[in-house]
Amino acid sequence: MSTATPHATRDAGKPSDAQDIPSFEAYGDGDWSSIAEEAARLGEERIVVNMGPQHPSTHGVLRLMLEIDGETVTEARAGIGYLHTGIEKNMEFRTWTQGVTYCTRMDYLAPFFQEVAFCLGVEKLLGITDDIPERASQIRVLLMELNRISSHLIALGTGGNEMGATTIMTTSFTAREEILRLFEAVTGLRMNHGFVRPGGVPQDLPPGFVADARAAMAKVRHYLGQLEKLMMENPIFKLRLVGVGHLNLSACMALGMTGPVLRSAGLPYDVRKSDPYCGYETYDFEVPVAQGADAYDRVVVRVAECYESLKIVDQVLERLEKGSGPVMVADKKIAWPAQMAIGTDGQGNSLDHIKEIMGTSMEALIHHFKLVTEGFRVPAGQVWQTVEAPRGELGVHLVSDGGTRPYRAHFRDPSFNNLQAVSMMCEGGQLADVVVAVASIDPVLGGVDR
Amino acid sequence: MSDETTPAADAVDHITPGGSVGAVPSGDLRGPDVVEVRTGMWGVHGPGDTTGFGGLVRQIAMPGSSARPYGGYFDEVVDVLLEVLEETEPGLAAKAVTGVVVDRDELTIEVAREHLVAVCRALRDDQDLRFELSLGVSGVHYPEATGRELRAVYHLTSVTHGRRVRLEVAAPDADPHIPSTVAIYPTHDWHERETWDFFGIVFDGHPALARIQMPDDWPGHPQRKDYPLGGIPVEYKGATIPSPDTRRSYS
Repeated sequence: MSTATPHATRDAGKPSDAQDIPSFEAYGDGDWSSIAEEAARLGEERIVVNMGPQHPSTHGVLRLMLEIDGETVTEARAGIGYLHTGIEKNMEFRTWTQGVTYCTRMDYLAPFFQEVAFCLGVEKLLGITDDIPERASQIRVLLMELNRISSHLIALGTGGNEMGATTIMTTSFTAREEILRLFEAVTGLRMNHGFVRPGGVPQDLPPGFVADARAAMAKVRHYLGQLEKLMMENPIFKLRLVGVGHLNLSACMALGMTGPVLRSAGLPYDVRKSDPYCGYETYDFEVPVAQGADAYDRVVVRVAECYESLKIVDQVLERLEKGSGPVMVADKKIAWPAQMAIGTDGQGNSLDHIKEIMGTSMEALIHHFKLVTEGFRVPAGQVWQTVEAPRGELGVHLVSDGGTRPYRAHFRDPSFNNLQAVSMMCEGGQLADVVVAVASIDPVLGGVDR
Repeated sequence: MSDETTPAADAVDHITPGGSVGAVPSGDLRGPDVVEVRTGMWGVHGPGDTTGFGGLVRQIAMPGSSARPYGGYFDEVVDVLLEVLEETEPGLAAKAVTGVVVDRDELTIEVAREHLVAVCRALRDDQDLRFELSLGVSGVHYPEATGRELRAVYHLTSVTHGRRVRLEVAAPDADPHIPSTVAIYPTHDWHERETWDFFGIVFDGHPALARIQMPDDWPGHPQRKDYPLGGIPVEYKGATIPSPDTRRSYS
């Protein structure tokens, strides 16, 4: 198992290096030839259809291998890995702070959840969880809940679009645009924010943000109402969704399903309630559940969750309006030395800070340089931190060797786990229902493959 | 792991993540789990080391096992688990649970790999434990921790009791086998495939242990520490930026 010179394909004819380990050959007399031969032999009886990885209804690059008998799916398997970019491996070669810019790119529709989960994990490793300023946690909650709405809007919009209901998509994207504008005002970016940092957030909300957010939430509420009217009692929509992609509670538990899929089967499990973080125990909200355990009830749960998120956003905006204070931990050995500012080319160090370190304080310059290039040290050990992401429970397993980089960072992405249910949801159903079932899981392949 | 190393035919028993064999939680506590000893600084070694830190020796030590009381619900979980294992088979508790680490308010139970399935079954099925939701498996590779280089880490949640526990299982590089837990937690299907793909841990008894992220015919396991990150120098505004794995390391 030499790994000195990795290359994309094994040399032709080179035997597998471990005896009892299954290995697969793409060419030669390998497994695929026998699979192809068997398929040719059985060609009369069964048809195997590849759906994806380049298919508009597969939410990116999901590959579904479907064995069909007429219009009935007799076997369904999901193939993933087409978007694997080695984010976890890359994080081992960057500082703890730089890690945020990597993990935010995993599930690109819910970037703040990875950022917050990672930072909460780092803070737990550092032992500074209780030192995080309240205002930083409030900003994190605000961003996460806005992000939950925008992510659910994409789930509903693309799900509708895949069934041919373009209006659902255009309405959803219009509503999401309001939220992305808020993100842009806070972080300078519409996605891949890298805004949450170990220790807090790099800067406070911009002036006038609370009023803007309230105005935007009124619009989002209006669009959500439109979507509800368009979907919930629509007979065509219900014909396509009710009873499709059924997965009952015991199957959900066995397959480790979390998020809207689990809650559509009736279990009100939500990490924000069961193991609160960022002060979620102080907000008043419900965990919506449904009993149908099908694609329609997952839509019901997602829409209800959007309204609950709006409730939390209202509460947190009120607190942010009244309160003030630091947004970064006081420890200067951890906190990024500069307050950030948004310039014409995005987020950067504030000019006042540059003026100070370049002009008046050499010690501050050294400190800034050390912290930015070397980073801070994190005591050795491992932690596990989960947050309730829009698609389910997002877990982060961080291991530190006492250095300035993660020794290992593993993300348990809910989409990765939930895709395992595709087989159970689709087998025995119609081919057209596969699209609905996959949309009801709402996988984001950036998170699945990492 | 070199080419000439073949998997040991006689499986090494009693591999404990913490290193000390046979230390039961009620008995002696083992010290910190030293996974690596590093010398020097900034990753510079040999005659080119002009840093002046060449003589520096540092131990990389993970937390050692904890003394009772563990605090919170941790004592109850460990007590009930040991009791259930003992009921299953006298003497099993001492053999299966090789250490308990409480660190940063989290409970880690170190499990001997040959008894992993029994421990998982007890944790899932006993009504006082009821860890019915598994959040998957992840791997860690400590290439210098001889005889226990590979770790599989299981993250279990009890929805019923609102509790969490982490299981840690070790296997040596020369014999990277850990029993599969798919029969207990079907959700581990893809997670074990991922850990096999990235670390080369063979989960014995897995229904179809194929690669999941990397292509089927990919050689090597990319998340292992002996697998290079790769990368090329990049030119930017006239300066050359070295690839990330060749930059100075402070760890």
